[in-house]
Amino acid sequence: MHPDLRYLSVLIVAAAMWSGAAHSTDLRAAILANPCAGCHGMDGVSPGTIPSINQLSADAIVAALKAFKSGERPGTVMDRIAKGYTDEEIQRIADYFQSLKK
Amino acid sequence: MTNFSRREFLKYAGALSALSAFGCASMGGASGPRIVVIGGGFGGATCAKYLRKLAGPTVGITLIEKNSSYVTCPFSNTVIGGLRSIDTITHNYETLAKKYNIEVVFDTVTGIDATSKTVTLQGGKTLAYERAVISPGIDFKWGAIEGYDEAASETLPHAWKAGTQTVLLRKQLEAMADGGVVLIAAPPDPFRCPPGPYERASLIANYLKQSKPKSKIVILDAKDKFSKQPLFQDAWDNLYPGMIEWVPGSQGGKVTRADVKEMTLYVDNSAHKGDVINVIPAQKAGALAHSAGLANESGWCPVDPRTFESKVHKNIHVIGDACLGGKMPKSGYAAHSQAKVCAAQIAAMLIGQPPVDPSWINTCYSLIAPDYGITVAAVYRATADGIVDVQGAGGVSPREAPKSVRQAEAIYAEGWYKSVTADAFS
Repeated sequence: MHPDLRYLSVLIVAAAMWSGAAHSTDLRAAILANPCAGCHGMDGVSPGTIPSINQLSADAIVAALKAFKSGERPGTVMDRIAKGYTDEEIQRIADYFQSLKK
Repeated sequence: MTNFSRREFLKYAGALSALSAFGCASMGGASGPRIVVIGGGFGGATCAKYLRKLAGPTVGITLIEKNSSYVTCPFSNTVIGGLRSIDTITHNYETLAKKYNIEVVFDTVTGIDATSKTVTLQGGKTLAYERAVISPGIDFKWGAIEGYDEAASETLPHAWKAGTQTVLLRKQLEAMADGGVVLIAAPPDPFRCPPGPYERASLIANYLKQSKPKSKIVILDAKDKFSKQPLFQDAWDNLYPGMIEWVPGSQGGKVTRADVKEMTLYVDNSAHKGDVINVIPAQKAGALAHSAGLANESGWCPVDPRTFESKVHKNIHVIGDACLGGKMPKSGYAAHSQAKVCAAQIAAMLIGQPPVDPSWINTCYSLIAPDYGITVAAVYRATADGIVDVQGAGGVSPREAPKSVRQAEAIYAEGWYKSVTADAFS
């Protein structure tokens, strides 16, 4: 869904439910994945020279991060960053970006 | 709420008309609790935006900032080095206001009352908050170098808050004759952007090499070591041989006095005359942190490492350069990363949930030439000892690397700037 529509849908549903601040974002997953946006763009959509990651499948993100982590895939900075995450966290980050596509 | 199908969207589309009846979508008309964010830099702007993304549409979000536009410190060295114009690093708050329904107020905060949970503005308004987030950045310890005060910075620019000071330093470099001496006084730790003074020396050297090759740069440093030091010094030897001299603090680098009329910096009794002089003073948390009583004797603000809630005043969070963020450096990216965590924790607290286990990333790119970039990166966690970097991860670019790697990091530096500013401001 287009990001604007997604935002609007959140707005409408929350208003319809009279739900105050309640919402269903997985905050732990968001906290793990949000720093990615600093380089890869908000929700993984890069406006510049760093690759976007929003179109990658969850499996592709897991494979890439694990390959950077093990050193199998060379990187400029991702090899250093991927080493900071457990395999379980890598999966949650991948699932988070996957969830943005629906 | 992001896993939402188009069909569900249409199902709820009928609520659209009801929405306008609530007035939720109108500026400042939120029905829920109000979060007041003070300071519109990487910390404040990002926090306001991510509060909207993470805390939902009914939370009222007010962003208070003195200036109607923001000039980033990241990439300001490219303006000083003549690679970019100042307008390319200037951002505004229009998207935050329109797309994210954030009430942006251009005013100066005159007081924060932690008991009544109110913020007063110079313009006369008083705003009530459920929680406040302050991201006031840095202020300078004027007078730490004798003779160097705000008036002196009109002649010897600091250019450590970007804007008119950045342009002033650039103009002075343009006006300097070939064979001139550029002095940079680098500050003691802790300070904003640890690799910044050395990136600045690099990009000034890049300009001088092309336009005024007989000129020289002397860095008088209060410290004995600096961020990414071997990478910088290797590159200086390669790209700018004999052009940049670095004087460590214990070997006569610690500037004690500035004489504006004589265009001279003194290290005890030895004088260094400069044609252009950039003094980067010692730093402390921004003024508001002090007037609101949020800073301790260190000059910075102690905070809970998970939520950034002040250890002095409840319901006030301090993020960015002003906070004591453990091992995280005082960088735009760190502030940006802290802002997202702070927004997520506030979103949790607003619905009565405990804080989430946080993590952060910092990546600092430095340009040594337009096609030569280096980085330092780290992943951080909150522990009983505060925020620490994950061992075995992070670190600096390799010391031995082909040109292609330096070129790639320079290209990614540009990409980083585009992404991080878009993520914060649009």
